[in-house]
Amino acid sequence: MNGNDVGGARPRVGVVTFPGSLDDVDARRAVRLAGAEAVALWHGDHDLQGVDAVVLPGGFSYGDYLRCGAIARFAPVMSQVVDAAREGMPVLGICNGFQILCETHLLPGALIRNDRRKFGCLDQRLVIENNKTAWTNAYDAGQEVTIVLKNGEGSYVADNPTLDMLEAEGRVVARYVGNPNGSQRAIAGVTNEAGNVVGLMPHPEHAVEDLCGPGTDGLAFFTSLLGVLV
Amino acid sequence: MTRVVVDVMPKPEILDPQGKAVQGALPRLGFQGVTEVRQGKRFELEIEGEATPELLADVERMAELLLSNPVIEDYQVTLVETAETLS
Repeated sequence: MNGNDVGGARPRVGVVTFPGSLDDVDARRAVRLAGAEAVALWHGDHDLQGVDAVVLPGGFSYGDYLRCGAIARFAPVMSQVVDAAREGMPVLGICNGFQILCETHLLPGALIRNDRRKFGCLDQRLVIENNKTAWTNAYDAGQEVTIVLKNGEGSYVADNPTLDMLEAEGRVVARYVGNPNGSQRAIAGVTNEAGNVVGLMPHPEHAVEDLCGPGTDGLAFFTSLLGVLV
Repeated sequence: MTRVVVDVMPKPEILDPQGKAVQGALPRLGFQGVTEVRQGKRFELEIEGEATPELLADVERMAELLLSNPVIEDYQVTLVETAETLS
């Protein structure tokens, strides 16, 4: 199940593997379960292999050296990802992927160490606040979902004018019920102005099958994409 | 050879959980009265050539682009020394 799917007219979704990525295989599996074709992308290639969308998965790219996502931001594949994102390609950054998107400044703000200084791993309740993005349109606005959250540096911070702007423009994609890591305004995920780039701290790819994880609430992040691409 | 130090600190308004953890440990070791600890990073760079304005401008760009994240951190560039004997 680790290889790429072949053939068909299904949308092709690239999942980038960086040195230290952990959740790339789960992300590819979630893409396939949603009905798209998963394409493994390599951090060192200047090549998106013609994919229709990109997922930056969770993990500890480059050992989280310097700052989470700071080195991965300059990986060869990221220049293609950033250009494609600016042209409207859907990009989802999960956990470390969210950190990378903040470091590229495709998304505002940054993620710092959890206020309680502990690595948290839990089934987290979230409210999907913006269901207009490429990655959340299969949810209802205000829908409450349960998705795995696991991070040590997941506390979302930005200055107050930026936070006010995000709220005013409806760019808070998901908010924690409770606040497990000290994120400002309990923000769990944000989107860019166009709604094609989404960063999310919790891991929807770990909530796509009943067998493991807290249910299948995460699957709609990946099925949302099909509505945009097909 | 030019030696430059770049100090990177979390912005004052940004919570610094690492600094807080250090501060919390000090009284347990018998050190009283420490009211604030902020933890940052120090980069020591050795760069070929003299400390020209162009070289220092390059260091500023390094600090802004990679060594710090301007969203959450401030940086300060300090020229330490310029000497032929540095190797």
